Amino acid sequence: MAKIHVTTTINGEPMEYLCEPNDTMLDALRGPLGLTGSKEGCSSGDCGACSITVDDRLVCSCLMLAAEAEGHELRTIEGLADGEKLHPLQQKFLEQAALQCGICTSGMLIASDALLRRNPNPSEEEVRFWLAGNLCRCTGYDKIVRAVMETAAEMRDGIKEAAQ
Amino acid sequence: MNLVTNNKWIGQRTIRPDGMDKVTGRAQFAADTTMPGMIWGKVLRSPHPHARIRSIDTSKAEKLPGVKAVVTSKDIVDFPIDKGAVMLGIQDMRWMCRNVMARDKALFPGHPVAAVAATTEAIAAEACKLIEVDYEVLPWSIEIEDAIKPDASVLHEFNKWEGKPSNIAGRLEHKKGDIAEGFKQADVVIERTFTTRPVHQGYIEPHACLISVAPDGKTTIWSSSQGQFMVRAMTSMLTGIPQSDIRAIPAEIGGGFGGKTIVYLEPVATMLAKKSGRPVKMVMTREEVMRATGPTSGSRSTVKIGAKKDGTIVAAHGTFYLQAGAFPGSPIRGAAGCSFTPYDIPNLLSEGFDVCSNRSKVAAYRAPGAPIGAYAVECVMDEVAEALKMDPLDFRLKNAAKEGTKAAHGPTFPRIGYIETVEAAKNSPHYAAPLGKGPAGTLRGRGVASGFWFNAGGESSAQVNITEDGNVVVTTGHPDIGGSRAGIANICAELLGIDYKRVSVIIGDTQTIGFSNLTGGSRVLFASAMVVTQSAEKVIQTLRERAAKIWNIDPEAVKWDQGAAHPVSPNAGQFEPLTLKELAEKAPAMGGPIGAGVQLNTAGADGGFGTHVCDVEIDTDLGIARVIRYTAVQDVGRAIHPGYVEGQLQGGVAQGIGWALNEEYIYNKDGKVDNPGFLDYRMPVCSDLPMIDCIMVEVPNPKHPQGVKGVGEVPLVPVMAAVASAIYNALGIRFYSLPMSPPKISAALDANVKQAAE
Repeated sequence: MAKIHVTTTINGEPMEYLCEPNDTMLDALRGPLGLTGSKEGCSSGDCGACSITVDDRLVCSCLMLAAEAEGHELRTIEGLADGEKLHPLQQKFLEQAALQCGICTSGMLIASDALLRRNPNPSEEEVRFWLAGNLCRCTGYDKIVRAVMETAAEMRDGIKEAAQ
Repeated sequence: MNLVTNNKWIGQRTIRPDGMDKVTGRAQFAADTTMPGMIWGKVLRSPHPHARIRSIDTSKAEKLPGVKAVVTSKDIVDFPIDKGAVMLGIQDMRWMCRNVMARDKALFPGHPVAAVAATTEAIAAEACKLIEVDYEVLPWSIEIEDAIKPDASVLHEFNKWEGKPSNIAGRLEHKKGDIAEGFKQADVVIERTFTTRPVHQGYIEPHACLISVAPDGKTTIWSSSQGQFMVRAMTSMLTGIPQSDIRAIPAEIGGGFGGKTIVYLEPVATMLAKKSGRPVKMVMTREEVMRATGPTSGSRSTVKIGAKKDGTIVAAHGTFYLQAGAFPGSPIRGAAGCSFTPYDIPNLLSEGFDVCSNRSKVAAYRAPGAPIGAYAVECVMDEVAEALKMDPLDFRLKNAAKEGTKAAHGPTFPRIGYIETVEAAKNSPHYAAPLGKGPAGTLRGRGVASGFWFNAGGESSAQVNITEDGNVVVTTGHPDIGGSRAGIANICAELLGIDYKRVSVIIGDTQTIGFSNLTGGSRVLFASAMVVTQSAEKVIQTLRERAAKIWNIDPEAVKWDQGAAHPVSPNAGQFEPLTLKELAEKAPAMGGPIGAGVQLNTAGADGGFGTHVCDVEIDTDLGIARVIRYTAVQDVGRAIHPGYVEGQLQGGVAQGIGWALNEEYIYNKDGKVDNPGFLDYRMPVCSDLPMIDCIMVEVPNPKHPQGVKGVGEVPLVPVMAAVASAIYNALGIRFYSLPMSPPKISAALDANVKQAAE
C-alpha cells in the first residue's frame, strides 16, 4: 500500500512526513520525525507517556493516527522550552525533584501545561484528576502535584506583576 | 571513619545531573536509539501454560521476504540441568537459559519459543505466525495450593521434595530459641493465614534493546537495565561471546523496581544480530511485559505470635509459601528473613517455601519477599496489640529490636534506628490528629505498621577525573534509577569543596568503567559513595602533593579546603591558596593528569527500618477504600539528597497502596493472564492518592563515610499491613487476602449486613 504524505506543524515548524495508514502519531513522531521525547509505555492510551497537544487539545499520540495530523498544529515535549529558556513547569520539576526515572516526565509536563493553559488556578483535586491519565510509578505523584501547583501560583504572580 | 559535618552540599536539594535531559525530552531510554541498517526482532510466545515442545518448524518463516534471521533455543547456550547450578549473582543460568527461550517445555503463557528478525516490525510479526510449533499440552497449575497438591502436574521432574518429584523447589528457615517452649509462656496467641496476589513492578518503560554484532564478534548492546554488567555477563554466558567483546551501554532506565535485574531480550537480539549481520532492535509491548516479565510472587503465609499480658512477645512462627513461577527462585529469603526483624523475639521460627508454578518466572520487586511477609506479620501484631488492649505503636516499642539484638537471620545489630522510627510516628502530627468524620456513607480508620529490609553492599567502581579546565567528571558503573547521580554530585562537591555544578556525574558502559554490581538491594548510593569518596580522597592527596611541590614544602604541610590547597598553618609557609582550576592548569608540567579510580567489594550496609501511619476512608456503598492521609517514617542513615530520599519513600508507599487496594494478576480458566494492560491492571493514578508525608530519621551508619543507609526498598514493606489495619479500624473487618478491592470490601460489608439481619 502506498504511504500517505502528511503536511503539518510541529512545535511551530512546518513538517512533512510519509506514514503507513495504520501508523500512530506516536510512531511518526518517534520514527521518521525523530522526536523520541514522547514515550511509548502501553500503546493503549492508559499511561499518558506519549501525551502531546493537537491544536491545544491534550491527546495520547498512540491513540491518534499519523495521517490525522494533516493541517493541524502539534506540540511535543521538544517544543515546551523556548530555546534555552525552560518553561516554568520544567524548571519547577527540576527544583522540586518531581521526576525520578523520567519516562513519564515528557507526558506529565505536556499534560500539566495543557491544564495551566485552561485553568491557571487549579485546586489540588483538579490537578490530581487532570493528571489521572498520566501514570508515574516512581514518585507517588506528591512532588509532581506540588510542582504544578507552585508553578501555577508563580505564573499567576508573574502575570499580576506584568499587569502592574 | 570520619563523618562529614557542617555540610555545604550533602543534604542539599540540588538539581539532578540527568534532570535537564529528562524535562526536555533529550534523555535516551532503551527504545530511543537507532543504528544504520537496523532491523526489528519479535518473539513468538507459547499460548499454553504448560506444554512439551515436540518440534519447531521455522522454514516457512525463513522464506518470508524481509526475514533476516530466526532463532530458537538451539541458538542459545544450554546449561544442562543435571550438571548442577551455574550462578550469576542470585540467578542460576540453568533457569535463565530456559527463561529467555523455552527448551524442551514451555512453562507459562508468554514463554518465548522462537524469535524472528525482519526488515520491519510487521514482517517480523507476520513471520512469527508462520512458525509451526508442535506442542503436547500438559496439565498445569498456577496457584500455590494447586501447585503443592500431591497429584499436581510437576514443572521440573528433576526437582524432588521428600524424595518425590514436586513443585516445592526449596525451603529456608531462620530459627532462634524454642517456639514450643515460648508459646507455653504466652497469655495471648493469635494465628492467621494470609494470601497475596502476584503484582507487577509496573515500570512505565517496556524492556527494549538495540544490538549490533560486527563480523569480528565485537558486540554493542544498547539497553536499559538495572546493571549493564549483568547484561554483559548474562548475554556472554547465553551466546558464548566473551565479555571482553561485549560493550553494554546503559540507556536511561524508565523504572525497574527489581524487574530489570535479569535479561529477557538481549541474548535473543544478540543471536538475531549475529545470524543476520544487521543491528537488531527489540521492544516489548505492554502485554508482553505483563505476561512474560516480573511479576513478584503470589503468596500464602501463616503467622502465629504469642505474647504475655505485659506485652512481651515470647514466641513467633511464620510459614511463607511464595510462587517462584516457571523456575525455582522466589524471594523466600526476604519473606522469612525480614518480617520479624523489627522485633526482639526470643523464640522464633521463620520458614520459607519456594513453589514453582505455570506463570512467568518471578523477578525481584522492591525488597523482594519482605512486603509479603510483613503484611502477614504486621497484621497479626495489630491483632495481638488489640487483644492486649495496647496501643499498636507502644506494643512495637515494647518489643523493638535495638543495638545488641540478635536477628534470627544472623546479625547482632549495631546501633539501629528502629525505635526512633516508632517514636517519630507516635509523635507525628498525623498520629496525634483525630481521624475526623467523612461524608455520610463513609467510615474512617487508622492503621500502623513497621518494616525492615536488609540493604546491601557489594562491588562498585568509580573514577574521579579532574578536567583540564579544573572541573570534575565522576564515572560510576550502576544505572541511576532514583537519583543516585544527584547524591554522588553532592558528595563529590562536598569533599572537593567546590560548587556541585562543577561536578558532572555519568554512568559508564561496561568497557569504560570497572565492574559494578546491579542497581538493587538499596545498595547504589551506599556503595558508590564509598568508591567515589575514596577516589576523591586520592585526588585530593594528589592535589596536595602538587601544591607542596610548587611551594617546595612537605605534602603533610598542605591542606585541602574550600576547593583549594592551603598551607596547614602559617608555620608551613606563607602562600596564596592554589585552586583546583590553577592546579589543573599546571598539571601537565607537574606530573600529568589528575584522577583516581577505586574498586571495592563494599561491606557494612546496615539494614533499614520504617514505620508507617495510614488513614483510610471507605465508601460503604461502593466498597471503595481511599487512603486519605499517609505518613512514612524511616531511618535513612543520612539523607544525602533529601528530595530524592523523600521520593523513594513516596514512591514505595504509592506502590504499596496499589498492592493493598487494587493490583493483582487475574488468570482466566486457560491459565492466561486476563488483565495484561494498564487499564485492567490497576496501578494508582494521581487522583487515587493523597500527599504522602515523610519523616526522615537520621541515625548515621557508622561504617559509611557519609553515614548512608539504603533507602529505596524499606518504604514498600509496611504499606499493605498499614492499609489493612486502617480498614479493620474503620470497618471492624480484617481482610486476610489482597487486594482489598471494591468487590471484596463490598462482599464483606454485605455479609456483615446479612449477618446482622439474621
